Amino acid sequence: MLDLINISKTFNPNTINQKVALDGVSLHLDDGDFVTMIGSNGAGKSTLLNAIAGEWPVDSGRIIIDGNDVTGLSEHKRALWLGRVFQDPRLGTAATMQIIENLALAKRRGQKRGLKIGVTKAEKDEYREQLATLGLGLEDRLTEKVGLLSGGQRQALTLLMATLKKPKLLLLDEHTAALDPRTAQKVLTLSDQIVTENKLMTMMVTHNMKDAIRYGNRLIMMNAGHIILDIKGEEKQKLTVTDLMEQFVKTSGEELSDRALLS
Amino acid sequence: MNIGSLISALPGAVAQGLIWGIMAIGVYLTYKVLDIADLTVDGTMATGGAVCVMMLLNGANLWLAILCAVLAGMIAGLVTGIFHTAMGIPAILAGILTQLSLYSVNLAIMGFKANQGINFRTTRILISSRNVKVIGFENPIFIMIIVTALLIGVLYWFFGTELGASLRATGSNEHMARAQGINVNVSKIIGLMISNGIVALSSALYSQYQGAVDVNMGRGGIVIGLAAVIISSVIFGKIFHNFALKLMGVSLGAVIYYIVIQIVLWMGLNTNMLKLLSALVVAVFLAIPYWKGKFTKGARHA
Repeated sequence: MLDLINISKTFNPNTINQKVALDGVSLHLDDGDFVTMIGSNGAGKSTLLNAIAGEWPVDSGRIIIDGNDVTGLSEHKRALWLGRVFQDPRLGTAATMQIIENLALAKRRGQKRGLKIGVTKAEKDEYREQLATLGLGLEDRLTEKVGLLSGGQRQALTLLMATLKKPKLLLLDEHTAALDPRTAQKVLTLSDQIVTENKLMTMMVTHNMKDAIRYGNRLIMMNAGHIILDIKGEEKQKLTVTDLMEQFVKTSGEELSDRALLS
Repeated sequence: MNIGSLISALPGAVAQGLIWGIMAIGVYLTYKVLDIADLTVDGTMATGGAVCVMMLLNGANLWLAILCAVLAGMIAGLVTGIFHTAMGIPAILAGILTQLSLYSVNLAIMGFKANQGINFRTTRILISSRNVKVIGFENPIFIMIIVTALLIGVLYWFFGTELGASLRATGSNEHMARAQGINVNVSKIIGLMISNGIVALSSALYSQYQGAVDVNMGRGGIVIGLAAVIISSVIFGKIFHNFALKLMGVSLGAVIYYIVIQIVLWMGLNTNMLKLLSALVVAVFLAIPYWKGKFTKGARHA
């Protein structure tokens, strides 16, 4: 379960660049909820994910993951509950380390790291199996440096790393936006498969309305730091892109941005 | 120019290179593994010797003196680490601050004298330049090869552990490290402590080798350390991929550095110009990757 209670965040307060990024956002997710999030640029989607992950402290409000109030916890402490994939494929993996070392680091997410060996023999077989499920041939390249992989491969690896130790909440922040369309589709399908199989509570930010409708059981639209639309279950299944665009204009009172229209 | 005088100077150059190679390994850990340029080492390179020599002069056991020197270096690293992480001071400046304070600290340790000597006749020491041409176990080259091998062994083991891997991850990608639950501040502090502990070990050995410690012993040390790291990556970068081999390459890099210095001096360069030469050489080699990057601009990212 995830509870966001009245989260607010203003960047650069009291300066000319002041920006209210989140304005009293409240949200409740049940275990297994797969939420897709849309909204124009600057609506607060990624900011909300970063607030949950703890990249900076929020100005007010509370964040409760699985009954634990994490509002005051630093980013690395929250990692215990969170799996994350970022927009930039380079952010989620350590380029100068081997594929297997990256996986071993992810396997120990949230655990105390001591003087035990970093990658055990038993893990090797486990990772080989797991990598094979990605269908990218990475299972034969265990000791290669991650820096040699393509963006799509790195993103798929990051996805695997984020879910290797089952997270309470998976945060996908436009994780296919930097990939070419075909690779993006592949990574998206893979994400859906992993989320569905493991029944992971997931928040996925996307700019693509069709994807937002196709995947997940719940859809949230944000605008100007607010959640302006929250559609679940059957109602979501019947959604069309046209519905969404009409809803957006109706609720926000604004025209859709070019970027959102293009999607 | 007498070739004989050069050849007779070479064993000393090799021994010095091996001792500074230990220091260069410490620099490698912060500069390459943690991705921090730590200038603390210029101070630590005298601290280790100061602690070691003063303890020996006061009749302490040799091994205890070396151990305390290492601990003193680790404390220096801890201070830089706290400046950098807890107080948010940029790493380079944090190192400079510690380095500067160490100047006073080192003098204090040395009883406010700029140098302190040890008498090899009355004090038991591990290595001495006097034995550099002796064939036997007391030869500093032989001893330094063993010390280097042991150190590389320990570091190879450590950076293969969970904790060691988290340090490498911190240096490789902080963003990823945090997302995987690694406290990057703790990683950096541990890394700086290990690095400065190793530099202090080198300092303790160097002061024994010279038979004295000088408060200016470490001045420009970071440049020598970087030179060794760069020489090693230029010469061995393509062939040494294993971490232990890379560390060995750094040690060899320091040896090559000292041999080259010896040759340059033999050719008649004024000793006082050495630091200028070293700095310029390091500057050029640091620029090479940047220049290379300019030519490959527009390359597809990720």
